[in-house]
Amino acid sequence: MKKILIVDDEPNIVMSLEYAFQKQGYHVFIARDGSEALVIMEREHPDVVILDVMMPQVDGYETIKIIKENPAFAKARVIFLSAKSKAADIEKGLSLGADQYFTKPFSVKKLIAAVDNLIRI
Amino acid sequence: MPSYAIILVIVGYLSLLFAMGIWADRRSKSKWVHNPWVYALSLAVYCSAWTYYGSVGIAATSGVSFLTTYLGPVIALPLWILILKRVVLISKQYQVASIADFISLRYGNNRSIGAIVTIICVVAVLPYIALQLKAVSETFDILSESSKSTSIFTDSTFYIAVLLAVFVALFGTQTTDASRRRSGLVFTVAVESVLKLVFFLIIGVYVTFYLFDGTTDIYEQISALDGFEKLATFSNMEASINWYFMIALSFFAIFLLPRQFQVSVVENTSTNHLKKASWVFPLYLLLFNVFVIFIAWAGKLMLSSDLNPDYYTLYLPLEHGHRLLGLMVFLGGLSSVISMVVVSALALSTMISNNLIIPYGFLKVLNKSNPSSNARNIKNIRRVSIFILIIGAYFFYVNFNIQLSLFSIGLIAFVIIAQLAPAFFIGLFWNRGSAAAAKMGILAGSLVTFYTLALPFINEVFVEGSTLVSNGPFGLALLKPYQLFGLDFMPPVTHAFFWSMVFNVMFYLIFSVIKKGNYRERNYAELVVNASSYGDLQENAFVWRGEAYVSEIRKALTRFLGEKRTTRALNIFYRKYDLNPQEEKADARLVNFSEKLLTGSIGAASAKLMISSVVKEQPVTLPEVLKILEESKETITANKQLQQQSYDLKRLSDNLKEANEALVEKDRQKDEFLDTVAHELKTPTASIRAASEILADADDMPKELKQKFLENIVNDADRLAVLITNILDLEKLSSGREIMDKKEHLLKNTVSKAVDGIYQLALKKGVHIEVNEVENISMYYDEDRILQVFTNLLSNSIKFVPEGNGVIKINAVKNDKKVIMSFEDNGKGIPPEDMQYIFEKFYQSNDQNFKKPIGSGMGLAISRHIIESHNGTITVDPNFKKGARFIVELKTAGK
Repeated sequence: MKKILIVDDEPNIVMSLEYAFQKQGYHVFIARDGSEALVIMEREHPDVVILDVMMPQVDGYETIKIIKENPAFAKARVIFLSAKSKAADIEKGLSLGADQYFTKPFSVKKLIAAVDNLIRI
Repeated sequence: MPSYAIILVIVGYLSLLFAMGIWADRRSKSKWVHNPWVYALSLAVYCSAWTYYGSVGIAATSGVSFLTTYLGPVIALPLWILILKRVVLISKQYQVASIADFISLRYGNNRSIGAIVTIICVVAVLPYIALQLKAVSETFDILSESSKSTSIFTDSTFYIAVLLAVFVALFGTQTTDASRRRSGLVFTVAVESVLKLVFFLIIGVYVTFYLFDGTTDIYEQISALDGFEKLATFSNMEASINWYFMIALSFFAIFLLPRQFQVSVVENTSTNHLKKASWVFPLYLLLFNVFVIFIAWAGKLMLSSDLNPDYYTLYLPLEHGHRLLGLMVFLGGLSSVISMVVVSALALSTMISNNLIIPYGFLKVLNKSNPSSNARNIKNIRRVSIFILIIGAYFFYVNFNIQLSLFSIGLIAFVIIAQLAPAFFIGLFWNRGSAAAAKMGILAGSLVTFYTLALPFINEVFVEGSTLVSNGPFGLALLKPYQLFGLDFMPPVTHAFFWSMVFNVMFYLIFSVIKKGNYRERNYAELVVNASSYGDLQENAFVWRGEAYVSEIRKALTRFLGEKRTTRALNIFYRKYDLNPQEEKADARLVNFSEKLLTGSIGAASAKLMISSVVKEQPVTLPEVLKILEESKETITANKQLQQQSYDLKRLSDNLKEANEALVEKDRQKDEFLDTVAHELKTPTASIRAASEILADADDMPKELKQKFLENIVNDADRLAVLITNILDLEKLSSGREIMDKKEHLLKNTVSKAVDGIYQLALKKGVHIEVNEVENISMYYDEDRILQVFTNLLSNSIKFVPEGNGVIKINAVKNDKKVIMSFEDNGKGIPPEDMQYIFEKFYQSNDQNFKKPIGSGMGLAISRHIIESHNGTITVDPNFKKGARFIVELKTAGK
């Protein structure tokens, strides 16, 4: 079973995503911010990380930097899911090593499709 | 009194003066030294031994004519102050160090005029110094009751002369810049002025009121004597004319005597001091003359007729056995001698070095050697000059053993000095006066003086049975020295003064009219004559055209001032005119500045020579000079205007820059605000969209879960609505478009409403709300808005206090102008680093991890705007540690 980690501080969004991915057969983990996410990553080594940018404490940018620096997480795919939708924001997110960038509001179906795609590769 | 005792007293007295001078030199800035009284009293160096002893002598022999010497300055006082002010200003501007410098400056820094003036001054003053030594010597002999010594090694006067020379050399030659002030010297002169006046007044009172029964007593006794009329009145027309000439003569002397010029001009530290001097100095002269006539009469009545009347002041107490009083008189006389000799020798030595030795020959030597030895050389020249002068005066006195009275030698000196008057006074007001004319005038006047005054005197001493005076040279009666051209009713001195002035002025005027001076002369003439209008031009006004290199000028300056002073002076110059120090070519201002700089050290004429040796100068015609001066004046005015304008412009551009920065900042804030708004709106929207998508596809979803998703959607929609309301609210408040609906309300009621509004919420979380006696405060405010603030603060507190035992306290205190309310809770408080940001919109503390408390992050920002719209403040108490404490201050007064 593939493992997915959802990192977002917005409980309602987390709840929707948790339900949707569980339904797709993923083992879903939840983190409310970057530091919590890193703890779970150490333990579970998820295949995919869905990462919000604006979060309290350690934000999305910081988190992806740490993930990319750690060879243990080399196989983890990262998808940004953020309300920041300017071209510069998207560029920044991708340049930091994210595989995809989704802007809020988003289509749950498209997000699931993107995750499926990434895992198949 | 034994000689050695007197010498001991003299040495002690001189040491005291030394100490005082050194003390004052070290404290040149203190109010004791730098003070108008010191200046006014130092002018009294005018009163030499001639005054101290000679006045009595002349009063005893020729009656009231002694007064002329003092009345001259007193009568002409307004004119004196007026001219002096001008001379002082010019001298300061051009670093003039002596009368020779001043006159040569007026005639274009003319070297030969400086030299001629110096020679005239030496010729006039040397016998004058000799006279002072004579006075010391004779009074010494009277006091010690010894006869005159024949060898100079046993002659106390010689040693006194040497001591004086050392004294001058010590105080007068500390720096090479002769135009610098010597506060120590001036201070001792002022002190001596006080001493000699006080001593003289004491002896006057002693004679009048102790030896006699007051002035009436003396008058009655003397009027009984024969020939008294002659002593107390002007007998005829001739005597009256004599009076006027004598007054004129002393008026000239007060300006032109080197020692007077030294104290009144060179040592002047502030033109404001002239005001004090304008009444102190005449008063001083008046006081000095109060008792003269009575002492003279007393002497005539009490002393034998073979005693020298010059020394009646000394004889009178000695005759009556009052030796100490005699010693005091002696010391007073010594004071007047010391100050006169010291200041004269100092002034003359500066003139000799700067106007005679350096420009004629020694400049070449100085030019070759290095700066440090130059400073030493210049000082040594002055020191040697001082010694030569004083010792020269001593030998003059010994060899000529002047038979004339103190008074007549003084007058002869005055007449010689007066030869400078036309060049000085006319030159000060008439820009046409030329250098050649000045020279001719001085020479002609001096020759006449020599012929009518010195020649008969020398003739009498050296040629036995000469008939020069009685019959004239070669029997020409018209050329009789004392009755030139048949003018036979004047005494010799007045006669010489009259004729020398006639010739001097005549030559000066005629030559000035016939022959114009060169461009340089006229240039300087213009500057001196119109000093007041060009006074502020300074270096700018210098009319000069030619080519010069900065490096050359710098080299020349370094030679005399040394590397350090040159660099410092040039730096100041460059900064003052905002010039580029890298510029190779020197402009007129630098040339003039350098010349002035050197003037202090080596004199005006030498400075001109020095500078012109390194620059190539081109002549400038008079119309050009005037044009340039006019232009400089305009430039200065224009410059001032430009400066003002550029200052205004700079201020304006600063303001613009500030405004722009504020705009940029506002813009940035707006962008940030929009970003945040977008983010805040997108988040619930995303949440709603995701939940809807899931619900649309979830037929198999359990009912409770479905219910939960639907609730989420409702909450997010509510959240969106609140957000939008708040955003609009904040926008209205911050743009000032929202007008507060202020009415009179009881604060107590509003607080109750706020508490009631959140009561359910508080109950649910178990929070106790404590409203401490809010007094009966009634004030004007928009109740809905204030209620919004209170509610916001209370709900924030409820959010953060621990569940079950939360406490919120509300307090209100009123003082005369405002109400201070506080809202405190026992929650987790606000981290210090957040305190300054919490009133900004969308700021939510970082420390809210996990569950985000419900809120838009705009509550405090809105509250702040509301309170500020009521002219109040809302702050966090940084010292409250038990939780959070907000303080709201509202003004009670006004609507």
